[in-house]
Amino acid sequence: MQIDRRLASHFDWTLFGIVLSLTLLGILTIYSATYSITEGQAGGLAAKQFYWLVVGLAAMLAALSIDYHHLDRLAYPFYGLVLFLLLLVLFIGSVGGGSQRWLNLGFFILQPSEPAKLAVVLALAKYLQYDEPPDGYRLRDLWLPFLLVAPLILLTLVQPDLGTAIILSLIFMSIMLMGGLRLRSFLYLAAAGVVFMPIAWHFLKPYQQKRILIFLNPDLDPLGAGYHVIQSKIAVGSGRFFGKGYLKGTQNQLDFLPAQHTDFVFSVFAEEWGLAGCVLLLALYFAFIVVSLRVVARAKDRFGALLVFGILAIFFWQVLINASMVTGLLPVVGIPLPLLSYGGSSMVSMMVGAGFLINVSMRRFTF
Amino acid sequence: MLPIAFRQDVPPEFRRRANFLMTIAAIVFLLLLGRLFVLQVLQGERFTYLSENNRIRLKKIPGTRGMVFDRNGQLVVDSRPSFDLLFVPEDTDDPALTLRRLARFLARDEGDFLGLLEQNKGRPPFEEIVLGRDVDWRALVAVETHQLDLPGVSLRVRPRRSYLLNSTAAHLLGYLGEIGPRQLKAQKEEGYGMGDEIGQFGLERRWEEFLRGRSGGQQVEVDALGRRVRVLHEVEDVPGHSVYLTVDRELQETAHEALKGKDGAIVALDVRSGAILAMASTPAFDPNVFARGITAEEWRALGQARAHPLNNRAIQGQYPPGSTFKIVLAIAALEENIIEPETTLFCGGSLVVGNRVFRDWKKAGHGAVDLHKGIVQSCDVYFYQLGQRTGIDRIAKHARALGLGEKTGVPLDDEKPGLIPDTEWKKRRFGQPWFPGETPSAAIGQGYITVTPLQMANLMAVVANGGTLYRPWFVRKVESLDGAVIREYGPERIRTLDVKESTWKHVRNALLEVVSSPSGTGGRARSSLVQIAGKTGTAQVAEMRGAYVKSEQLSYLIRDHAWFVAYAPADNPEIAVAVLVEHGGHGGAAAAPLAKLVIEKYVSLKDRHGDARQARGPGAIRAN
Repeated sequence: MQIDRRLASHFDWTLFGIVLSLTLLGILTIYSATYSITEGQAGGLAAKQFYWLVVGLAAMLAALSIDYHHLDRLAYPFYGLVLFLLLLVLFIGSVGGGSQRWLNLGFFILQPSEPAKLAVVLALAKYLQYDEPPDGYRLRDLWLPFLLVAPLILLTLVQPDLGTAIILSLIFMSIMLMGGLRLRSFLYLAAAGVVFMPIAWHFLKPYQQKRILIFLNPDLDPLGAGYHVIQSKIAVGSGRFFGKGYLKGTQNQLDFLPAQHTDFVFSVFAEEWGLAGCVLLLALYFAFIVVSLRVVARAKDRFGALLVFGILAIFFWQVLINASMVTGLLPVVGIPLPLLSYGGSSMVSMMVGAGFLINVSMRRFTF
Repeated sequence: MLPIAFRQDVPPEFRRRANFLMTIAAIVFLLLLGRLFVLQVLQGERFTYLSENNRIRLKKIPGTRGMVFDRNGQLVVDSRPSFDLLFVPEDTDDPALTLRRLARFLARDEGDFLGLLEQNKGRPPFEEIVLGRDVDWRALVAVETHQLDLPGVSLRVRPRRSYLLNSTAAHLLGYLGEIGPRQLKAQKEEGYGMGDEIGQFGLERRWEEFLRGRSGGQQVEVDALGRRVRVLHEVEDVPGHSVYLTVDRELQETAHEALKGKDGAIVALDVRSGAILAMASTPAFDPNVFARGITAEEWRALGQARAHPLNNRAIQGQYPPGSTFKIVLAIAALEENIIEPETTLFCGGSLVVGNRVFRDWKKAGHGAVDLHKGIVQSCDVYFYQLGQRTGIDRIAKHARALGLGEKTGVPLDDEKPGLIPDTEWKKRRFGQPWFPGETPSAAIGQGYITVTPLQMANLMAVVANGGTLYRPWFVRKVESLDGAVIREYGPERIRTLDVKESTWKHVRNALLEVVSSPSGTGGRARSSLVQIAGKTGTAQVAEMRGAYVKSEQLSYLIRDHAWFVAYAPADNPEIAVAVLVEHGGHGGAAAAPLAKLVIEKYVSLKDRHGDARQARGPGAIRAN
């Protein structure tokens, strides 16, 4: 592939800088989260995450090299592959922590629900790339795209991976809204959702129901299900203005925090870097979203705009839900913090997503 | 692929929506920041406290209590580490499973542990359950090696008091107990805390400040499973000081042995200093029971036992002195010049005062009796008359000078003063005058008079040393663990009696013959090893009107108390002994042999150890 000079000069360094900063902060925090004060060193997870960053950078480079105009051809095959992988998980997936989410590929363990987010974005962007009706999409126009997303949502729901299912649904709703869903239709849908909630309750696993109850009242079971929320709030809160210092977060180092290097990596960060660090971190994510939204606004075409918007929706919702979860604003659902949480599948998927962003960003001037 | 030209340009709506979403995103991020501000700034202090609380446990390490040695440096009370097995159910996901594992590791019945878990259901969360006290080393090893399989199970080291003499010197040494709420309040400044042990009785209580040592502590950082990660801060515990007694461990054992199966007390003093060589009281208790943690039932049983094993009869038992009081009367009569030693009075077996008949223990009477014979044969009628002539107030004056009717001031709690009556006391107590008919009883140590065995031992010491009344003491020094002398104690003179040397001579001669003369009442105390001087006493518990009944024939509770008070060697006295056997019957039969045992043991010990230490005594007299 040839990259001409003009294209390279439009490379979005800002976006790249933000992404790189986030991943490096992530590796730093994972090191701390897996650091053992008794042994004076961390396990190999930070190093592994670094390798994933390298892989991710390569994937990102690949993702931004192909002119995104050609990407729509890949949308459905990619969708098909992810669907196949999710079906595979259903039958031969490895079990961990009470759910079946992973595929052991020998050299690494793939979590197909991570690329599934990209697949949904690509498929929807492709489906919606043509002009919207003058008065917007109506509810009945939602059926087809919903059928596109529903299998993936269902397959993640049965794993069970409520977090990813929620994210997929939110991505769907976000893209549909951006794509031109009528506001009135959206409100109907939201109202239906509220009505549907008590019914959905019965479909939740007992541990998921418990999490929601605990969220509503964490003191219900402070040593059981409420433990995670309470410990996480203690970690975040005790960070105060400037944090306890790197590698000095006691909540983290002494294992009071659950899933320190994955879903609760933000708590580790907040404990050790305090409000000052959190402001910086949130600023990075916010900058990422602002820059992406500008790309959306300036994109040359609907496909590019919707693709970028989908990716940014993944980031936005995951950051919002994860940060709310660790600060006790939302019940605990397993949603990683993009680019920060440990995990190869998530890292590579998000880097590819970022690659798409840069891809669209740098090609907004070309034809 | 569609040609590029077919692609739709981004409609202006997108720009509008993007701008709108920018605002939404800004609001969302501000809300998140607001949340962080609330947690980290507004509630930061609280969460910091919680995080500290999460990870820091304070571990108190009680200072090892000081040791106690006898006069020869033999260990009497020790402290050794003991381990309690604790369990905090909240620290494990499945308490029952953990306990089952523990039972398997310790080869114990799991039902025991699960039962304890059940019993402790209502306890406050995170309070540890004691699964076992003073567990053996096998349990220690098992718990230490399987720590990871046993979340919530821990060991707590606790110095445990070990009384090597068991019940032998229980009353003197005392015992420890958990500090009570009121003591805690009173002792707060001294650094006591909940659950601390404190001396509750005897030496343990009186020398508490020296023995206790200072608790140390560790601020330990623990992880989420309660495992120690590191020690943040440590305060060294300071072991308590060692206490050296004047008591001889072996003599104490002899005294305690002698009282085996009897209720009573034996006190042995060094007549040259007032130092207590032995102080036994039976029935006794085992202070080790308190050290391991006395159960409520055990405590109740001790408190309610008929014979009151917790009472130290040597200082708390107040008994009529019986004929041992004749020593006092002899001194009083001679000092007040009521009689000459040679003055004879007639004993016809009884004396009539008013309408009362006072009998002699010997129905046939003793005939003509002088002071010597009166004491040696313990003639009651002689002393009835001597008492009448001396009068109660003069008797009381000399009795008190000899240390009766007042606390000796031995450094033990709850000492009783006994009672020496006189006319003033009678008036105060009953609003009545002293009746002449009451004096004969008093003269032979009956009636209102009561004394403690320690007082009687001290009285014999005064007779033996020629008039110096010492305050009995039993701790000769307190030493820190590295050998520095913290406190040294010596004899303390209460008073020196102004008694004629001839009086002492007459009394001593008589006391010697009580034991050595064939007609003496104390023949059973005669020893081939050493010349013993002494006096028997048989204190009536119930008044026998009209009948001569052998004490042994009476039912236990109304049987007479048996006394024997003595000192030895007669020519150069060193040791004074008082023996009291409750309801023992006749003093000459029940108490005298015990005194002999103790004195002979003293002599044999002296041969072994030499007399160097004892000789130090009088040189270091500290005036009161």
